[in-house]
Amino acid sequence: MSDIRYVAAESLDEAVKAMLAAGGQGKILAGGTDLLVQMRSGAQNPGTIVDVKKIDEVMQIVELPDGGFRIGAAVSGAVIGEHRKLAAAWPGVVEAVNLIGSKQVQGRASAGGNLCNSSPAADSVPALVAAGAKVVIQGPNGRREVPVEAFPTGPGRNCLAPGELVVSLTLPPRPPGSGDAYLRLIPRTEMDIAVVGVGVSLTLKDGVCTAARVGLGAVAPTVLLVEDAAKALIGSKLDDAALEKAAAACSAACKPINDKRGTIAYRTKIAGVLLKRATAIAARRATSNVPGGMH
Amino acid sequence: MTGQVYKWIGTRPNRPDGADKVTGRARFGADFNMPGQLVGRVLRSPHPHARIVSIDIGAAAALPGVKAVVTAADFPEQENIVVPAGEMQVNLRDVTRNIMAREKVLYEGHPVAAVAATTDAVAKQAVALIKVVYEELPHVIDVAAAMQDGAPILHDHIRTEGVQPAPTKASNIAKRVENLKGDVARGFAEAEVIIERSYTTQPVHQAYIEPHACLASAAEDGQVQVWTTTQGHFQVRGFCSRLLNIETSQIRVTPSEIGGGFGGKTVVYLEPVAVRLSQKTGKPVKMVMTREEVFRASGPAPGGTVKVKLGAKRDGRIVAADITIALQAGAFPGSPIGPACWCSMACYDVDNIRVVGFDVVSNRPKVAAYRAPGAPISAFGVESTIDMLAQELGMDPIELRLKNAAQKGTKTHYGPTFDRIGFIETLEAARNSAHWKSPVKPGYARGLAAGFWFNVGADSSAAAHVAEDGTVTVISGNPDIGGSRASLALMAAEELGVDYDKVRAIIADTSSVGFNFVTGGSRVTFATGLAVVNATKDAIRELKVRAAKIWGVDPEGVVWEGGQARPAGHNVGEFEPLSLAEIAAQAGKTGGPINGHAQLNAQGAGPGFGVHIADVKVDPDTGGVTIGRYTAVQDVGTAIHPGYVEGQLQGGAVQGIGWALNEEYIYNARGRLDNPGFLDYRIPVASDLPMIETVLVEVPNPHHPYGVRGVGEVPIVPPLATIANAVARATGVRMTDLPISPPRLSAALDAAMPRLAAE
Ligand SMILES: Cc1cc2nc3c(=O)[nH]c(=O)nc-3n(C[C@H](O)[C@H](O)[C@H](O)COP(=O)(O)OP(=O)(O)OC[C@H]3O[C@@H](n4cnc5c(N)ncnc54)[C@H](O)[C@@H]3O)c2cc1C
Repeated sequence: MSDIRYVAAESLDEAVKAMLAAGGQGKILAGGTDLLVQMRSGAQNPGTIVDVKKIDEVMQIVELPDGGFRIGAAVSGAVIGEHRKLAAAWPGVVEAVNLIGSKQVQGRASAGGNLCNSSPAADSVPALVAAGAKVVIQGPNGRREVPVEAFPTGPGRNCLAPGELVVSLTLPPRPPGSGDAYLRLIPRTEMDIAVVGVGVSLTLKDGVCTAARVGLGAVAPTVLLVEDAAKALIGSKLDDAALEKAAAACSAACKPINDKRGTIAYRTKIAGVLLKRATAIAARRATSNVPGGMH
Repeated sequence: MTGQVYKWIGTRPNRPDGADKVTGRARFGADFNMPGQLVGRVLRSPHPHARIVSIDIGAAAALPGVKAVVTAADFPEQENIVVPAGEMQVNLRDVTRNIMAREKVLYEGHPVAAVAATTDAVAKQAVALIKVVYEELPHVIDVAAAMQDGAPILHDHIRTEGVQPAPTKASNIAKRVENLKGDVARGFAEAEVIIERSYTTQPVHQAYIEPHACLASAAEDGQVQVWTTTQGHFQVRGFCSRLLNIETSQIRVTPSEIGGGFGGKTVVYLEPVAVRLSQKTGKPVKMVMTREEVFRASGPAPGGTVKVKLGAKRDGRIVAADITIALQAGAFPGSPIGPACWCSMACYDVDNIRVVGFDVVSNRPKVAAYRAPGAPISAFGVESTIDMLAQELGMDPIELRLKNAAQKGTKTHYGPTFDRIGFIETLEAARNSAHWKSPVKPGYARGLAAGFWFNVGADSSAAAHVAEDGTVTVISGNPDIGGSRASLALMAAEELGVDYDKVRAIIADTSSVGFNFVTGGSRVTFATGLAVVNATKDAIRELKVRAAKIWGVDPEGVVWEGGQARPAGHNVGEFEPLSLAEIAAQAGKTGGPINGHAQLNAQGAGPGFGVHIADVKVDPDTGGVTIGRYTAVQDVGTAIHPGYVEGQLQGGAVQGIGWALNEEYIYNARGRLDNPGFLDYRIPVASDLPMIETVLVEVPNPHHPYGVRGVGEVPIVPPLATIANAVARATGVRMTDLPISPPRLSAALDAAMPRLAAE
């Protein structure tokens, strides 16, 4: 084991420079609940660790003038869970983030880390995809934005170029009558990894679904945006036929593998089951406008 | 229920090790360190089955900081003889091959070499520099596949024992055993209902939280010290002595506090290797397994196949049972096939029984004991089949079991005739339990199953030392895995008639107390408890002698009552009673220190029975099982410390539930374990379960002064079938293959859909 350089960057600039200087051997540190575990097991051996938790922009939740939210990439799940307005507007995103790990893990784990670790089973990502979140990225060439669904490019891989890091995630403003929800299937009740995860966000007007997005996790090399499922829901009253069609679209979108966490047949089936259940919760939230989603 | 009035037995004081454990002061296996110690690491096989062509340690040995490298060449060859280890039997020829592969590697994770180096980083680097040339061989993981003709053979010298004529061809079936009672064919001819099913269970790990860890120090004069986490430091001493040709008394083994063992710490993995590395380097060597190593290379409980055929009369009387069990032994022979066969029908008084068992090797780590070794597997098959019989006959499952229950005088199919046992009382207590009497909640269904374990006695030594101020130290030699120190102190306090807090129970190293067999077989509170009671009695005898001296009377004229010496009667003379403290204070003047000793081979361990009840709900879309309520009822003899007895029942139930629902080893096509960690090897988490309720049925064991029966193993026997029976009643689908994980149950529900829809 060689020595590791540790940089606690005070600004985005400093973080970008430190990452460039590390020449491919650098790793950003947010909560460390993935990174440190991977270092212990030998899966990661970074030369430089760049801690971003001293950078304000990365550590804040900001309400935007248009009614949207900007969540700093390293804000912990515990802090996100306590933000009343965010939880009221995006209960599905918040419940997804809060599902990560246990109380102890929540004190550290961030949505940015969850996204950048780029596991296909990352819990917050399907909810963020459903929410239409954008990823704000800072790098040597300045700032850029990509939709969440375009961020991961494969298991453990993403679109960050050398020197780039994620600053924040932005959530769009919420029209009235909107609700979102995230459900995952795990064989146990906690401390487990999603076999399938489904995020649904929708808007209802007079009982008719006017907008919908569906994010699907753990069934393909990356989290998927399932446009066919959304199409099946939009324009419907979320009746059984529409739900069946959306569920079928989710199952069809699956490109899973048989592995220790689930069979192809099971994952494909559960994708549909969870779509229906998550849609029902999102619809209830949309109509009742109850913040919900909290324990 | 015992009719006895005790002052301390049956109370719930804090355990003597409790404060240290909750404050972090307690020292576990990895907490021992010595100045100048080296770090030992093991190189393990990446292949499930391969011939070792060559091992080149040159580059590793030359690395700066590396002090020694050992391979099988550093361990003497061993005879092909079987010795007891915990509840299992082990063959020394195999043990030495298991701690360090010789001709072949037989499972992924099999040790091939080990290094000792100045730092962990150097040790890791050195391990990576060892060059092993393997000739890969075809492998076999599954027990049924390993039994087929043409399966890859693990050991050329194994001929199936117990078949006539003796086979000439090598086989993976190491042994066939058979228990026979009555005439099975006649029994089935009389039967009015016959049910036959086959079952499979997966190997499961004991999943102790503390990985194996030890520190060994071999001095220049030949003396060896070992600090280790183990269920039997005398066994560690014995194995190190045998495997390394060191005289037993030259080795001193000190057990640490233990973070779980459940049977898995009754064998050795690291200790002989650490001692050998220490001998070669002249320095202390510390070795700690990673969790991954624990999973890949330490003993799980076997998986198995169980075929059960039961014949009964319409009135519910079972008249015949024919059972075949095959258990995975892992890489070397020696699964708990005997106990699996014996326990299978032990709960029932049936005239005609045949049980056939096979011990089968395959390319997996060698199995080790796990709570009631073998019994949960055969009980899963038998208790599931009995539940089907109850459904077929339209009988209440408790009624059916009562109708066939074993009792005092029942002759078992494996030989012994039961003395006083409590199966009927346990079934009745289950029927009278708050749980069984409560209505089943909507959406839930209720299942029930029973289980049996013998419990063992065996060798124990103990001492009771009276200190100068009259407080007492109770010394014995069994690592405390379930609160046994508290129970031993309670029995000593009861015997002495002093307060519990005047008695300290400690666990001595191998050189400080006489031999004690392992902590296993639920024997400690029974057998070592007996030794402690006898040692305490011995101390009391001496206390009476001293009181007699002080009073100038015959020792026979003194009785011990309520913690005091009193004159036996008026004719002895009028003397003020002498307290323990008063006698201790004068010990120097009356003959020196006052100590009691005892050693024994305890006979008459009382068998135990358990009946478990579960209410479960099944999500028909996902196959997820929710346990709403769970109760463990058990015949526990006298509960010396009821709190810790309840803890045993709860812990056993939870482990059995994990076995039933999620735990399994997942091997890939290359014979490598895909889930060597707690993320994907799923033991239950706290939020998965309701509080496990317990009902203690106290049927005293007539062979122990306080009526102690072992309690630690029985509770893992019933849960597998309890859960399967509840699931069957919730869904109409009988799950015969474990685990009943969501994907499997969902697939079974989907497959049964047309049938269920038609019904
Ligand atoms: C016990 C336990 C339970 C867990 N349970 C779950 C679970 O239920 N669901 C789940 O999805 N995950 C789970 N995880 C995984 C992990 O906690 C989550 O992925 C978490 O969100 C990671 O966030 P973090 O802030 O700790 O990330 P880190 O570990 O700090 O970082 C993760 C990765 O992302 C990179 N990174 C972090 N921030 C940035 C950034 N701003 N820009 C660029 N790269 C960055 C890091 O370099 C690293 O490669 C669990 C982990 C543990 C230890």
